[in-house]
Amino acid sequence: MTTLTSEELERRFQEKIDENQYIEPKDWMIEKYRQNMIRQISQHAHSEVVGMLPEGNWITRAPNLRRKVALLAKIQDEAGHGLYLYSAAETLGITREELLEQLHSGKAKYSNIFNYPTLTWADIGAVGWLVDGAAIINQVMLQRASYGPYARAMVRICREESFHQRQGFEIMLTLCRGNAEQKEMAQDALNRWWWPSLMMFGPNDKDSPHSAEMAKWRVKRETNDELRQRFIDRVVPQADFLGIKIPDSKLKWNETSQHYDFGQINWDEFYNVIKGNGPCNRERLKARIEAHEQGKWVRDAATAYANKRKNKAA
Amino acid sequence: MTTQGKDNQWLLWEVFVQSKSGQPHKHVGSVHAPDAEMALLNARDTYTRRNEGTSVWVVPAQSITASTPEEVGAFFDPAFDKVYRHPTFYNVPEGVKYL
Ligand SMILES: [Fe+2]
Ligand SMILES: [Fe+2]
Repeated sequence: MTTLTSEELERRFQEKIDENQYIEPKDWMIEKYRQNMIRQISQHAHSEVVGMLPEGNWITRAPNLRRKVALLAKIQDEAGHGLYLYSAAETLGITREELLEQLHSGKAKYSNIFNYPTLTWADIGAVGWLVDGAAIINQVMLQRASYGPYARAMVRICREESFHQRQGFEIMLTLCRGNAEQKEMAQDALNRWWWPSLMMFGPNDKDSPHSAEMAKWRVKRETNDELRQRFIDRVVPQADFLGIKIPDSKLKWNETSQHYDFGQINWDEFYNVIKGNGPCNRERLKARIEAHEQGKWVRDAATAYANKRKNKAA
Repeated sequence: MTTQGKDNQWLLWEVFVQSKSGQPHKHVGSVHAPDAEMALLNARDTYTRRNEGTSVWVVPAQSITASTPEEVGAFFDPAFDKVYRHPTFYNVPEGVKYL
């Protein structure tokens, strides 16, 4: 086996990506690629896990059994998504313990959107419709991301996501066809979730710190602004169908561009929530750490049971 | 794995699912579990929530031996020049059927 220079290795790595091949765990990779993939995949995993909290809040108060089983199944899916993604991150040489430690210490980020509260039942509709809807647009792109285990996890996740968005829309539709008060609930939820949903795609392209590299490495195949525009173009007609109004006075169909024009996003709010000052940052992290600590006896019991069986067999 | 007490996310298991009777088992991902039995239950809950499987295998990740990417060229090399292993290598005269 001949030893290659690092320039040669880098060149081959980039060539492979440009040829639409996939990078697998044991392949040589640029160290910064490894670090960036760990960061992105673990952030994604943490988002799935923390994302269960605002919805879990409503399981016991779901209005009927149909809604309750759907919400439970959706939340269980999100737990699964977290697990697929933690596994994918682990193939890059980080342990599950380290990943959880990063989340619980506040070192790792998760999607900003989950730092907003779910105040009414309509919020569960809005979250499924808008938040999962936005996530799907991003995740469809990531199905062909250059890192094999990440791409494969995305394929699986996308297959499961579509019911999430539909159940959300169905909740919204039911409320919008209900009495005036119910419709008002739906409108209020849309008012509160609209702008944070648009922020989910990240800063404008010109302000996005990792975008250029992630594009070169075929992780981000489309820009934040392109994905955001696609989301808006898809969702506006759905809101029209529901008969509720998107809270943006600048929102207008543009015949020339064949896209919706929209108003200015409040990026100060976005950065403020990232910094930890969103309405629920502290509450979410606290709930997550509590869940982990309260689950400790279950992990200990499982370990003890496994040891006991092993000793018996020996 | 007897680190009871401190945070311990257990062993890593690779999961293989057979989607339909008669099909091969295919790698779908991995789970953590303290033993094989619990790995199987975790794999079921994680990877077959929608009847994706008729059978599941779990294998301790550390028991898998894999080819190394750096040596992939030399490793698969012996098969490169063996065109005679393919049916297209052989001439079939016009008019001869079922060959
Ligand atoms: Fe998800
Ligand atoms: Fe989802």
